[in-house]
Amino acid sequence: MLVNEKIAIEHGLKSDEYKKICKLLKRTPNITELGIFSAMWNEHCSYKSSRIHLKKLHTKGKKVIQGPGENAGVIDIEDGDAIVFKIESHNHPSFIEPYQGAATGVGGIMRDVFTMGARPIANLNSIHFGSTQNKKTKNLLRGVVHGIGGYGNCMGVPTIAGQTSFDRSYNGNILVNAMTLGLVKKDKIFYSKAAGLNKPVIYVGSKTGRDGIHGASMASASFDEKIEEKKPTVQVGDPFTEKLLLEACLELMSGDSIIAIQDMGAAGLTSSSIEMASKGNLGIEINLNKVPCRETKMTPYEIMLSESQERMLIVLESGKEEIAKKIFDKWNLDFAVIGKTTNTKNIELFFDNKQVANIPVNTLVENSPMYDRKWKKSKLPKKNKINKTIFKSLKIKDTLKKILSSPNVCSKEWIWQQYDHTVMGDTIQKPGGDSGVVRVHKTDKAIAATVDSSATYCWAHPLTGGKQVVCETWRNLISVGAKPIAVTNCLNFGSPEKEGNMGEFVECVQGISEACKYLDYPVVSGNVSFYNETKDIGIKPTPTIGGVGLIKDYKKMITMDFKEIDNIVLVIGKTEGHIDQSLLSRIILNENNGPPPEVNLFNEKNNGLTLLTLIEKNFIKSAHDISLGGIITAISKMCIKGNKGIQIKKPKFLINEIEYFFSEDQGRYLIEINPKDFKEVIKILDKNSVHYDEMGKIIDKEMIIDQKTKLTIDELKSYNINWLKSYMV
Amino acid sequence: MKSSVITFPGSNCDRDMDVALTKFGFKNKMVWHNDQELPKSDLIVLPGGFSYGDYLRCGSMASKSKIMNSVINFAKSGGLVMGICNGFQILVEAGLVPGVLLRNKYLQFICKNVHVKVDNKENTFFKNLDKKVLEFHIAHNEGNYFCTNDQLKEIEDNNQIAIYYCDQNGDTNDQINPNGSIKNIAGIFNKEKNVLGMMPHPERMIDESLSGEDGSIFFKNLLNNIK
Repeated sequence: MLVNEKIAIEHGLKSDEYKKICKLLKRTPNITELGIFSAMWNEHCSYKSSRIHLKKLHTKGKKVIQGPGENAGVIDIEDGDAIVFKIESHNHPSFIEPYQGAATGVGGIMRDVFTMGARPIANLNSIHFGSTQNKKTKNLLRGVVHGIGGYGNCMGVPTIAGQTSFDRSYNGNILVNAMTLGLVKKDKIFYSKAAGLNKPVIYVGSKTGRDGIHGASMASASFDEKIEEKKPTVQVGDPFTEKLLLEACLELMSGDSIIAIQDMGAAGLTSSSIEMASKGNLGIEINLNKVPCRETKMTPYEIMLSESQERMLIVLESGKEEIAKKIFDKWNLDFAVIGKTTNTKNIELFFDNKQVANIPVNTLVENSPMYDRKWKKSKLPKKNKINKTIFKSLKIKDTLKKILSSPNVCSKEWIWQQYDHTVMGDTIQKPGGDSGVVRVHKTDKAIAATVDSSATYCWAHPLTGGKQVVCETWRNLISVGAKPIAVTNCLNFGSPEKEGNMGEFVECVQGISEACKYLDYPVVSGNVSFYNETKDIGIKPTPTIGGVGLIKDYKKMITMDFKEIDNIVLVIGKTEGHIDQSLLSRIILNENNGPPPEVNLFNEKNNGLTLLTLIEKNFIKSAHDISLGGIITAISKMCIKGNKGIQIKKPKFLINEIEYFFSEDQGRYLIEINPKDFKEVIKILDKNSVHYDEMGKIIDKEMIIDQKTKLTIDELKSYNINWLKSYMV
Repeated sequence: MKSSVITFPGSNCDRDMDVALTKFGFKNKMVWHNDQELPKSDLIVLPGGFSYGDYLRCGSMASKSKIMNSVINFAKSGGLVMGICNGFQILVEAGLVPGVLLRNKYLQFICKNVHVKVDNKENTFFKNLDKKVLEFHIAHNEGNYFCTNDQLKEIEDNNQIAIYYCDQNGDTNDQINPNGSIKNIAGIFNKEKNVLGMMPHPERMIDESLSGEDGSIFFKNLLNNIK
């Protein structure tokens, strides 16, 4: 087929981009080459709209072994151990085919982690759906949860935490972000940089089929009414093969055969081979007849663009082919020597003894387009003037009931009971807590991980929202007693070609960067997902942050369940009564305007680190960060989990009690302490200038506020636990 | 005491079982499914996981593995064999225990703590156990035990039901049945009681930081019974 501009545009390339390709090659590309360019230059693979801004992220720190740019980030957790982790989106495919889309999202991120030599030890996910009234929501939720479970459960990796939200803006574009953490010895990390000439290039794993062709291009475009027709671009997952691939790769990695290794994710064989060559500043030559194919008569174009799952590309040391083949034979996986490294700095493809592509690697990578797109700054919205008499008409009990049973606050047990969260025998904090926690196998250490996003705050003011999400994950880690180390981010936005969306992106990234820098909590990996929009309606800006922290002695881990009657409960951090953008404002007062709560990074850091000091001294019996729904929602959850009540004495607040209990000011926690430690705790809080309020003391089975409001723990439970279950019936 | 854990392609609780057996004093060996011979063992364990991806009926491919001939012979000659979760499914498919395991009643994977009632202590697995109700953990998609009425009668006549799903007081009722199993059956013996298949994972309950500690009670008791 002769290539022309029309065909290039059908491949998702812009007219200018096609002209640039012809100029770089000094000729017209053939169809295979055009396919390769379109795969490498789409938004998903090239980051052409985001690259210029991602450079501003704070990515350095003492604990960072590998920052962004590899398959995943790596951090030091001492004693020669390291954690490899990353989050990635699989939004577009999951909307088209929820089970396979979500499943292969999980499979893909696990591959990114074990490609680096790490055994996956925990999975997390952040999933977002349209309004619960939308007729598609239920099926999408069911399919996505089945898909995540189907893949992770079969792999035998526990899913330890997650986040689920519902918002109308996801009606046409759901979000599925999957995160994996792996454990590796610091001196056994594998990278994707090829080295050496004439080294064998090996293909291992599943055979290549016609599934997922142009998956990455599909993920780089908006949806329209013909979206169902895109089903063939969704990959099909085979977790069993991936489990074998994991074991086989780790077995091969225990020796010294591998020079470089790269999984075949988005844009399959194309991006994996080009990335290895590009990082090694080498060329690569591949004989496509050697690639194991599932179907007959696959063309070079199809082989290069297939996104069949569970495949890896490896550059081996010469002479190690037999050793490697034996391992892959043992695990019943395909193994083929398909090419070699060269000094041409070109990617050269052969098929039926003919050269079918010859492209300089740098044209695909360094010369890929980079855009400084126009963007619009967001103003901080004006504060709403809420008529205080409305508060007088609100009853705490009714309001709390509505909030506890609202879709974004209710218990997500229906979801996480479908995920194996205990396999591997090291899960010491299950889903439903502030963070999931797994022990580092056979040591006293544990790793805490959490994933969060706050689209509503980001939508109201991207800069503040970006900061807030980072702080929220920081608090989630502190609340379980972990020292936060680093984050991974998944940046889900609408079309970058619109100034408004681009502005949201730029300012969220700025917010994330500022917070990460201040908290010494660098970004080590991540991905960007643009074009989350359907027929011109985009999602609310949803940067998702995955935070990782270390607990040096796992016996010091903290959980949120109230522990002992007569213990004292304190609110840490100051409550100013910020109602705008809170759940109270949105679902009770039906008011969607106004600024998000302000983020004070000094307070965040100071409060968090002071709490860690208290935990270190064993003063804290339970803790929970205060987020959606405010103080009273957080207390309710501690009561439910601990099956205990609380007597709340009239706090000495200056603001209205509804504002006090339901506002969503940042930097706050609830902690439980023993009365005998009270003086000592207060001394430490005062010394560090940390504001606190005495909230009350723990009692049996009832929440009592000033003798007038009473709720039994069973009532709280029924509000919180039943909503999702009955919705999904 | 010596134990062996078989690793099938897709097993994923093999390491957890090794950790548990070793912790309570077994000398454990890992055995590859493609081997012919079993090492000398006092106990053979078929671990949980998704052997062959569970793409066919769960456990059916693994039940035809090379090593299974030796496992079947070992069981027939009176050796102790225990199958957990996918291991239970493999035992069923190999014909070592009666019945079948269907998809869970609500068509969902379930991962949670459950209580089980131990009725029959006239066997090496539960002899001398000083608790009647144990807190275990389940994680499965196909644990819905089913058999014909004739089989059920035979199973009951021979006291082959090992454990039932129950509440914390040992009451077995429909409400606490997590997967729709007939008679709340969570585990079952062969006629001779030297083969045990059960859905719950005792190996996930072996220290206070995990979901619970009743797995420790089970393993310690088992070791003493074998000694």
